[in-house]
Amino acid sequence: MLAEAWNYVLSHPAQFYRALGVHVALSASALIIAALICIPAGIAVARKNGLSLAVVNAANVGRTLPSLAVLALVMPILGTGFAPALFALTLIALPPIVTHTIVGMRGVDADAVDAAVGMGMTRAALLWRVELPMALPAIFAGLRTAAVQIISGAVLAAFIGGGGLGDFITAGIAMMAVPQLLVGAIPVALLALGTDFLFGALQRRMTPQGLRA
Amino acid sequence: MITLDRLTKSFGGSAQSAVDGLSLTINTGEICVLIGPSGCGKTTTMRMINRMVEPDSGRIEVGGRDVTKIDAVELRRSIGYVIQQVGLFPHMTLAENVATVPRMLGWDSARIAKRVDELLALVHMDPAIYRNRFPRELSGGQKQRVGVARALAADPPVMLMDEPFGAIDPITRARLQDEFLRILRELGKTIVFVTHDIDEAIRMGSRIAILRSGKVVQYDTPERILSHPADAFVEAFVGGDRSLKRLALLTAGPYVESGTPAANAPRLPAATPLRDALSAMLDAGANEAAIVGEQGQPLGRVTLQTIQQAAAVART
Amino acid sequence: MNWFLRNWPDVLHSLWEHVAISLTALAIAFAISLVIGIVAARREKLYGTVMTVSGFLYTIPTLAFLAFLIPVVGLGRANAIITMVAFSLMILIRSVATGIREVPADIIDAARGMGMNKAQIMRRIELPLALPLIVAGLRVSAVTVISVTVVAAYVNAGGLGTLIFNGIASDHPAKIWTGALTVCLLSVIVDLSLALLERRLKNRRAA
Repeated sequence: MLAEAWNYVLSHPAQFYRALGVHVALSASALIIAALICIPAGIAVARKNGLSLAVVNAANVGRTLPSLAVLALVMPILGTGFAPALFALTLIALPPIVTHTIVGMRGVDADAVDAAVGMGMTRAALLWRVELPMALPAIFAGLRTAAVQIISGAVLAAFIGGGGLGDFITAGIAMMAVPQLLVGAIPVALLALGTDFLFGALQRRMTPQGLRA
Repeated sequence: MITLDRLTKSFGGSAQSAVDGLSLTINTGEICVLIGPSGCGKTTTMRMINRMVEPDSGRIEVGGRDVTKIDAVELRRSIGYVIQQVGLFPHMTLAENVATVPRMLGWDSARIAKRVDELLALVHMDPAIYRNRFPRELSGGQKQRVGVARALAADPPVMLMDEPFGAIDPITRARLQDEFLRILRELGKTIVFVTHDIDEAIRMGSRIAILRSGKVVQYDTPERILSHPADAFVEAFVGGDRSLKRLALLTAGPYVESGTPAANAPRLPAATPLRDALSAMLDAGANEAAIVGEQGQPLGRVTLQTIQQAAAVART
Repeated sequence: MNWFLRNWPDVLHSLWEHVAISLTALAIAFAISLVIGIVAARREKLYGTVMTVSGFLYTIPTLAFLAFLIPVVGLGRANAIITMVAFSLMILIRSVATGIREVPADIIDAARGMGMNKAQIMRRIELPLALPLIVAGLRVSAVTVISVTVVAAYVNAGGLGTLIFNGIASDHPAKIWTGALTVCLLSVIVDLSLALLERRLKNRRAA
């Protein structure tokens, strides 16, 4: 079976690499866009009690929505293809990143913040030198969760014409051709596991030495 | 010199003011202790000086300048700030922590490094060992040493200290109080020190301001507060043993008289507080103590009667 | 909207299928996780290994996992249920184990001092006190399982996903909307209900 799958890749290299490329492009873009939206938003909202609670609650509700449902809801409005899939995947990534950012910022040692303000740090210096370094581990945890979810969701993007490795899986199921199925499933599983591992390592690297347990 | 003029502050929808028309003058080089029961406004008052809390009305002058006219950030960089939980930055080394304000003021790195080492040594933490350590590796007492070093970094003329030794165990606390008293006196800083511990206030303060419901009830030297409490509240606040507390402020040396001490008299150095001398005499069942000098040479004796007179004299 | 009103028995049927599969999977996953969680709770190395393996399973994308099982169990419900159980293990085992570990040591000490044996302590002290955390884990797993079931419709497992896939295939927006919105509603309701339960349990256990 594996040998057959391998042969399939060898005989259809262009198709494979295109699918892989689309998958990675979709995932990376969604992650970056979501991060660019959520991290600043999370930082801005974190200190406002009422607002941050509302945002976290909304995000928690958003988090429970099945990825495929989100992708499906987007389709009748935006149609099929790369862009609608990207839109849906970005939506899926918003909740974990914003929640982790808010929790991370709020978890910063309040005494350190009081001392910093009392010593005459400007708001900007406080954010940059004290709060962000201490919130970074949590923010990276959020990015890690989001990344894995996006890669998984990007597989489903095949259903709304988004391309990616999911195409091989759906084709394989439709035609009951196991090798083709594996050509999609194995790389995407490796992609997800690899990304999780990478972000985990990054998270450890980003944890300031003074905060490591 | 710090002048507080009719400061008022109330919080939220509270009808009761936290600080109510409070006025106080603190002379340069003095340690002014703010003390009082919970909710008396001592911490709020202190935090108004560096505008961590903005007063509702009233004036504050530090070094002749009205603090509301100065940019808050700039003001705070010229005032040392020490809090009970210290608030060291856990993600920075001790050296980086201490260097915070000098860095903000734009000192060059050589000057900063020198200053950091100087300060760590001042608070008895060997720079070579501790420079690159992290806060989580320190004990409570060590953390606060670094906290004080950090506050002294830019050599501010004024320091605000909010129960700095409150979270530290009693034995370490006593040692830190002595050390810092010496350091701060040597450096000639003007200090506003908040505490709820009357013994600490008596020990540390040049003058003590006893607060209640946002007002100053008495502002005096420790000696006078003990001997002439302004009212029943102050009397109760300083504790029922104020004569003993006063005796703790006097040492045996000046009260020595000539004569051979009795056989059962305890031998004590001249620097012994009268209170401890009294305690030793009671333990030994003696009416006097034999006072000796630094080389152990006999200087004379201090009698029970002398101690009673000392207590009485201070009362007038 | 009209389509929904005309076809609501079918929708209900799909909903019922969806709930049935999800509950079955959750029950199996919970049973397994309870056993493993109790055993691994205080055994560091075992716990570490279990977490790594179940974490591994959890990270694999849903459709890929379903696909991997096709050569083994073919299409259908069994496929879906095995996938859901695999995904839920990490969260549930971690919840059970952490819940047990967080029971304060002095309470267990008191229990032992009163003459309770290990089984009694587990049954009467540790598990009840771990309940809020376990329910928290169930909450996340329930949502995960509902989400997987949607995708599993593609491998003929039934459920609300069928409506979505049919809708996409026949370009029938009403079906897509109905399927997607219904499953979203299901997910949110389950999440909020379990959240309420979690809070109630926590309050009762507050010291």
